[in-house]
Amino acid sequence: MFQIYCPYCEELREEEEFHPKGQAHIVRPADPEACSDEEWGDYLFFRDNPRGIHHEMWVHAVGCRKFFNVTRHTVSYAILETYKIGEQPSVTAEPSAGEAAASTADVRQGVRA
Amino acid sequence: MNQQVQRLAQGGRIDRSRPLGFTFNGQTYQGYHGDTLASALLANGVDIVNRSFKYSRPRGIVAAGAEEPNAVVQLGASEAAQVPNVRATQQALYDGLVARSTNGWPSVQKDLMGLVGKVGGKFMPPGFYYKTFMAPASMWMTYEKYIRKSAGLGRSPAEADPDIYDHLNRHCEVLVIGAGPAGLAAALAAARSGVRVILADEQEEMGGSLLDSRESLDGKPAAEWAAEVLDELSGLANVTLLPRTTANGYHDHNFVTLHERRTEHLADSAPRTAQGARQSRARMHRVRAGQVILATGAHERPLVYAGNDVPGNLVAGAVSTYIRRYGVVPGNKLVLSVSNDYAYRAALDWHDAGREVVAIVDAREAPDGDLVGAARERGIRVITGSAVIEAKGANRVSAARVAKIDIDGFRVAGPAETLACDCVASSGGYSPVIHLASHTGARPTWNDDILGFVPTLVDGVLASGAAHGIYALGEVLADGVAVGSRAAAATRGEAAEIALPACQAISESPACALYQVPHEKPTLRAPKQFVDLQNDVTAAAIELATREGFESIEHVKRYTAMGFGTDQGKLGNINGMAIAARCLERTIPEVGTTVFRPNYTPVTFGAIVGRHCGALFDPERYTALHQWHVENGAEFEDVGQWKRPWYYPRKQGGKQESMHEAVARECRAVREGVGILDASTLGKIDIQGPDAREFLARIYTNKWEKLAVGKCRYGLMCKDDGMVTDDGVTSCLADNHFVMTTTTGGAAAILEWLELWHQTEWPELDVTFTSVTDHWATMTVTGPKSRALLAELTDDIDLDRDSFKFMDWREGTVAGVPARVFRISFTGELTFEINVQAHYAMHVWKALFEHGKKYDLTPYGTETMHVLRAEKGFIIVGQDTDGSVTPEDLGMQWCVGYDKPFSWIGKRALTRSDTARSDRKQLVGLRPKDPKVVLEEGAQIVFDPNHAIPMPMVGHVTSSYYSPTLDSGFALAVVKGGQQRMGESVYLPMADGSVHEAEITSTIFIDPKGERQHV
Amino acid sequence: MSDSALSRVNLFDSRADHASVAVESPLAYSLQRSGAPAPSAASRVVLREQAFLGHLILRGGAIVLDEALREVLDTGLPGRPNTLSWDASGERSIQWLSPDEWLLIVPGGEAFAVERRLRERLADASFAIVDVSGGQTLLTLEGEAVPELLMKSVVYDVDPSHFAVGKGVNTVFAKATAIVRRSGETRWELVVRRSFADYCYRWLLDAGEEYAIGVER
Repeated sequence: MFQIYCPYCEELREEEEFHPKGQAHIVRPADPEACSDEEWGDYLFFRDNPRGIHHEMWVHAVGCRKFFNVTRHTVSYAILETYKIGEQPSVTAEPSAGEAAASTADVRQGVRA
Repeated sequence: MNQQVQRLAQGGRIDRSRPLGFTFNGQTYQGYHGDTLASALLANGVDIVNRSFKYSRPRGIVAAGAEEPNAVVQLGASEAAQVPNVRATQQALYDGLVARSTNGWPSVQKDLMGLVGKVGGKFMPPGFYYKTFMAPASMWMTYEKYIRKSAGLGRSPAEADPDIYDHLNRHCEVLVIGAGPAGLAAALAAARSGVRVILADEQEEMGGSLLDSRESLDGKPAAEWAAEVLDELSGLANVTLLPRTTANGYHDHNFVTLHERRTEHLADSAPRTAQGARQSRARMHRVRAGQVILATGAHERPLVYAGNDVPGNLVAGAVSTYIRRYGVVPGNKLVLSVSNDYAYRAALDWHDAGREVVAIVDAREAPDGDLVGAARERGIRVITGSAVIEAKGANRVSAARVAKIDIDGFRVAGPAETLACDCVASSGGYSPVIHLASHTGARPTWNDDILGFVPTLVDGVLASGAAHGIYALGEVLADGVAVGSRAAAATRGEAAEIALPACQAISESPACALYQVPHEKPTLRAPKQFVDLQNDVTAAAIELATREGFESIEHVKRYTAMGFGTDQGKLGNINGMAIAARCLERTIPEVGTTVFRPNYTPVTFGAIVGRHCGALFDPERYTALHQWHVENGAEFEDVGQWKRPWYYPRKQGGKQESMHEAVARECRAVREGVGILDASTLGKIDIQGPDAREFLARIYTNKWEKLAVGKCRYGLMCKDDGMVTDDGVTSCLADNHFVMTTTTGGAAAILEWLELWHQTEWPELDVTFTSVTDHWATMTVTGPKSRALLAELTDDIDLDRDSFKFMDWREGTVAGVPARVFRISFTGELTFEINVQAHYAMHVWKALFEHGKKYDLTPYGTETMHVLRAEKGFIIVGQDTDGSVTPEDLGMQWCVGYDKPFSWIGKRALTRSDTARSDRKQLVGLRPKDPKVVLEEGAQIVFDPNHAIPMPMVGHVTSSYYSPTLDSGFALAVVKGGQQRMGESVYLPMADGSVHEAEITSTIFIDPKGERQHV
Repeated sequence: MSDSALSRVNLFDSRADHASVAVESPLAYSLQRSGAPAPSAASRVVLREQAFLGHLILRGGAIVLDEALREVLDTGLPGRPNTLSWDASGERSIQWLSPDEWLLIVPGGEAFAVERRLRERLADASFAIVDVSGGQTLLTLEGEAVPELLMKSVVYDVDPSHFAVGKGVNTVFAKATAIVRRSGETRWELVVRRSFADYCYRWLLDAGEEYAIGVER
């Protein structure tokens, strides 16, 4: 059960209040008609599934109803930052060895149940 | 009569002035207030408490806490109060307690089962699960019945539980799990800093090992220091103490579930409060903590030797606990087999209780710590370099065979001596309780100094005391204070002074690494040496698993069932890993550990469910007219969380209409007279802003630029994959103001969908969306007589067909209430949808019925609504569509703005090669050749019923009803290329072998030109 | 202010103000069906429905809305997320719901006039006002056991040391949603949607039994 900092409410809130909306920063092509079938298919259906840093969009559905982005580590499930739509993430790579987040990830070897 | 033969005359924390009667396996006994069921059974000399799971061997109490593998009982005096899987060591005794063994049919005392049970043993070799599932599936049924009956895994009550349960959402800065010395010190340090602290402990009484400690603090018994700390903590407003509360699951971001047993120490059903109110029997605290301190202590590891499951074999620490805390000596003659100093306490306590210590058998060559000295001073025989290699006895230990052992060579190094005794206690050291820390996936770390795994800590998690591999009391207290202060500081608590109590230092000689004790015979042929008593896993089973090629500890676990189920490997896991490591010639850290999972100990379903059961299982959403529907006999249908009237059966001559009769009557009323539907559940979204129209044009498939004020339009919504996701009528209230309706089930999702596009892609559009679903009540008055009826209730809306046209809306007053009236139709008949503020809905509805008598105004429900709309070919999104249907598949090209300037959501996808195929499944009507047939919804359609099986399936029925107007069954269906196959026959083979034939028709069955709604 | 701005929305007074029109609050059926235990000296929670208040959703920029509200109601927007402000009488409250959304609650019968005056004042600004008075109701909970009752019901941290007077949040309530507000030391408010009101009421009665919950009518 996550606890997520809503950048609009400016506080940590419980996961029950949020809906996950998939990968962040998927931009709708400006001119869909100019897209090939393959490009349109990529936009519609293809998403990253990284082991590690992942940028996701969530919505504070039972709260302020605002969409925002989350940088989350898919192994440790640590949320490294949240930021508003239109902003860019500040965490885009694994912290270097010795930093807390990395060690957090390393010890989580098990299959998540 | 008091038969507490093993009870000491004094000592312990029980109250001898408060005797309590209880029943175990039909026999009545007496114990004292302060006993657990386990201590009371031991006091009464009850040796056998269960039969083992697989081999049906007699089993006795082994431990004194959550780690107890054998004394798992079924609790409850009445059928409704039955609770399975209760550990007798954790169950407080109360007057009238009734318990039974979960295993052991017909009786734990008789060996009858043993005869059959031994067959069971052969049935269930290691790898039982694996091998069984490889066998023909039919065999499982045979096995399962047998296992359930004989082994017994506890049973659920057959009657409804009379108790209530609840949840409490808690938040705190510091959660301390475990109220032993480390937990108390940590809680005190955190509490004095002023932050919110929760201290949870699974036992009846807080204090942990301090309650049976031989040590003193500040010159007083350790338990007194615990009492002083608890006294201070209970007086602090920022501290919540939760005894009888087990931390069962550690979830992401420091979310911990605590299972509090609120009344289970009082009775088998929760008593009422003094004020007569019901109280919850168990409570799940859902805690979000800033910092979590694991002060969960350690479990003592028993040694693995032959016959170590015979009643009378205990872990050494449990012996001390029973003597010192409960005033019970679990035997008369003790042989203690140890690998470390600490366990010597058991012998000292036994000796203090005035019973005979036959010998202490120490695996080390030259132990010389203070406790060893104390034992020698008392004249207790200490045999070094040796171990108990086998316990003898059938239903109770009668002797121990002791021999020199060579640990490194894993062999017996000398002749065995047989010592008569009735109790063998053992200790192979301690395993920190790391279960919680590993729930979120963190692998523990092996610590060679303490010969155990310690939790690997991540941000926000701290461990203290024995849970972290620190065992000496003075060090534990200091660590507790340090960790508690650290946790408080991390959550902005203020530093506080803690004076640690004075504590005497005890010198210790190093422990040796001993897990499985060698026997003269090789493991596979030696008498059974148990590793996991609950799951009946032996050292031989693990050795066999490794020989059969299972090298990963996770595979060994699944092959043998070690650490399964409610036991979660509390006593056995490390020993099992050590044996696997020996067989695989690796070290324990190389073999690694399995992952512990929630829950730490069993949790009742009641506690999991809490208040979300019965009438509060799920929200029931009511419209403002719900009471009328109830009072007028409606049958209800669940639509999402809404309760919608399904149909209104009438009583005629004492006989109630069938659904079929009621729906036929309601349909006729609408087609011939006037009917009324409560349509309040439709989602309604108020849309305002200068860009509202542009937004609608982008989100809907059709055009909106020319919709005039006062007009309504049907809209179809797609996702960007071109698939229909919602539909509804949107009305232009003013230039910058619209109200959109959505499907009942889609209301919340569509509002979120609109926000998604506005917030993420088109923030430049000046438009807002607000749900007004609950604000407006919607009453659909429909049928040829609807205009006449409405005319009686309004004098300010011109209802003339030419001034108030189909797809217009007007505002005015209906029955004295301001209303927006929409001329839209979901039945194909002349229809007025009256919208009023929900507070007035009942007033208007009743006024309509008052005036509707002469028109025989008929309320109708969702079933009639479905029939009527299907007769007109109006789709229901989610029934006639399933996320794979485009507007073109529905034949709704008329509702697609192909030339709109903005490439609206879903447009591009319509020209993808797959969506543009001509042989896609398309919506058509079906008329069964036999009009009496109502096709099954979901039935598969084929073109050629004589085709060899498997027949190519070309579609399925999406909606199907009997139409009283047509006097025939009819259906909507999707069929491959169906729109080009009008008039052709398709076939629907049914499960019973029959085949229905149906003709592909238009989706519009009644009034194809749509004249009736325009009248 | 231009007449054209007003004409670009449908300003509609959905309130019927005659004695001849029967009016039913969202809890009307629930009070009848589930009953309403009378408050007693033992009641550690007392519930009351503040029915038929005016509920308006305000959307738009904080600065323009704040100015308009100060002029019309003599009170401005609350300054922080998840907080409320009240007018001097305490009868009118404004709650932050999101960076561009507020809930204005006014005495029954005032909603339409307030909406009109705000619209006149805001004229061509970018904003929206939606009357949702029929769609929700306000319940007050008073008593020392309210925080614990709320802990049984909502996931948000309602510990009084954390949830100050003047705070208000939209959150999960049981399996529904509710706005939770604290309007006094021992006085709390819930704003629940009409269709969920019966469920929330039955939940409160059940969860409040051990506090001898009473219902004022």
